[in-house]
Amino acid sequence: MVSDTPTLVSSPSRWTGFLDRNLRNPLRLVGIILMAYLAYIAIANIASGQFTLERFVRLFIFGLAQGSIYALIALGYTLVYGILSMINFAHSEVFMAGAYIGFFAINAMDQSGFLDDQTFLALLITVLVGMSASVTIAVLLERIAYRPLRGAPRLVPLITAIGASITLQQLFLRLFGSGTRVYPDVNFFVLPGIFNNLECIEVNGAQVCRGLDLIGGRYEVEFLGLSLQIRPIYFLVFFLAVIFMAALWFFVKRTKTGKAMRAVAEDKKTAALMGIDVDRVIVTTFVLGAVLAGAGGVFFALYNTQVQPFMGFFPGIKAFTAAVVGGIGNIPGAMFGGMFLGMVESIAPSLLGIPNQLRDVIVFGMLILVLIFRPTGIFGEVLSEKKA
Amino acid sequence: MTLLQVEDIHTYYGRIHALKGVSLAVEQGEIVTLIGGNGAGKTTTLNTICGITPAAKGRILLNGEDITHLPAHQIVARGVVQSPEGRKIFTRLTVRENLEMGAFTQKNPAQIAQDMEFIFSRLPRLKERHNQLGGTLSGGEQQMLAIGRALMARPRILLLDEPSMGLAPVLVEEIFELIRRINEQGTTILLVEQNARMALEIAHHGYVLQSGLVALSDKASVLIHDEAVRKVYLGEA
Repeated sequence: MVSDTPTLVSSPSRWTGFLDRNLRNPLRLVGIILMAYLAYIAIANIASGQFTLERFVRLFIFGLAQGSIYALIALGYTLVYGILSMINFAHSEVFMAGAYIGFFAINAMDQSGFLDDQTFLALLITVLVGMSASVTIAVLLERIAYRPLRGAPRLVPLITAIGASITLQQLFLRLFGSGTRVYPDVNFFVLPGIFNNLECIEVNGAQVCRGLDLIGGRYEVEFLGLSLQIRPIYFLVFFLAVIFMAALWFFVKRTKTGKAMRAVAEDKKTAALMGIDVDRVIVTTFVLGAVLAGAGGVFFALYNTQVQPFMGFFPGIKAFTAAVVGGIGNIPGAMFGGMFLGMVESIAPSLLGIPNQLRDVIVFGMLILVLIFRPTGIFGEVLSEKKA
Repeated sequence: MTLLQVEDIHTYYGRIHALKGVSLAVEQGEIVTLIGGNGAGKTTTLNTICGITPAAKGRILLNGEDITHLPAHQIVARGVVQSPEGRKIFTRLTVRENLEMGAFTQKNPAQIAQDMEFIFSRLPRLKERHNQLGGTLSGGEQQMLAIGRALMARPRILLLDEPSMGLAPVLVEEIFELIRRINEQGTTILLVEQNARMALEIAHHGYVLQSGLVALSDKASVLIHDEAVRKVYLGEA
């Protein structure tokens, strides 16, 4: 018998709602089981003493640096996507160009002895040269490859970006050869007063301590009963990346051009009606992304030391992954995604007892896991309105 | 004095011939209204003047200067400012930032701050919400913001595209009152409206567009009594 009044179903609590949402979706179910299994392995490895706190701290510190690099590159992807709804696949070569051209600068200064005499100035020049190279490439890319396709269907600039990426790799290959070039050893001593027992040498019979070597130093530190190996450069890279990101945040939130960027990202036609030169704002966006990528390239090369024409590929694809994990088009998302990915890549293989060569599997597996639960990325917003 | 002179403009969307030779003139200090049915070319006319959909043929003169082929942002810099159809507030910018974007072409910070205070004094609801995101405003508030944003550019001529669209009747009255006041303070206005009666009531001059051509043009007070106009656009038998 069908009753006239509908049966009252008690509204599900948030918890049962959560279960319902996740368990009925087979993908999410697999995701949850997988995460539970990984958590089990991780806990087992910690419990059995295979994954020690010392190891964790060491990997965490490396993850800080690697994550910073990913975040700096990811911001370039996300800025351009935010404004053009296009993935600039050539951005990995913008990063490479910064590191590679930076090599010529630092190498020349090393040969001339300037790097030893004026280390800070030499490093500053290297970063500036790297950034200029990246900016030049990014501006040319926008002008030559992307601007003529402004009104084209979205697939067209995407394919063009892949083509531009390959073209740039080959250009560097033909110009500079396929060999790996190695950044010179840099010793940048700071704060001899505070670190008065480090890097001591004999000068004319007297002991002189030069302080902490920020770039080339590796130190064994006893801290809270842990014996840690520490490279200050990892902290330095993290610190510099935070400064760059804070500057970007300030620029986008507070300056007139930054506000115009957000206006253009939302609606180009209306932005033009405000008197905003849309093309100029787009170029500015490419320049900002390139400044971050160029700086990131030099920082990366300072601790990784090796540069070659294809070096952009993996950091690039991972930074792109980071941007997607964070929610592409979203600036805090790219920052978070980059740091998160760097951490996962650094810590997870050891934590899960997986060979380090498989770290890429973990990274991209992570991407799939995140997208199962948050298809628009962690910080991504639901696009209720189709972006014009 | 003629502030804006549009001479025989033709505009195409791909192969669609949207404007087939529209000519109109807007005198300094006037409200001129452009009425007509859907697809008559009203919005296209405004967008062609603003350089968004450039004219394939014809000329647009601002105070005698040819602005036909200037890019959109340079046309705005010369004081031709449009408040577009559907308001097009920047939803992820705050009310204040939206107004700042309106003042993008203005260089003097003190004057921008003064203009903003003036708009806040005229539209107090915007002041209350100055830190709210544009997307959180109601339709009426968004329309106020859209007009305020256009005023921030210090327009010599303000182009309004369907300012009453989608608003409750009481708000429509309010918007038209606002338009009248803006005009009284010396801003020339080119108004595109579906609500032909109200538009003709506040306008000095009117143009009736039909399939990309000017079908009729006269003093607004004459058009409002024109039999054809009454029948087709004012919905009277």
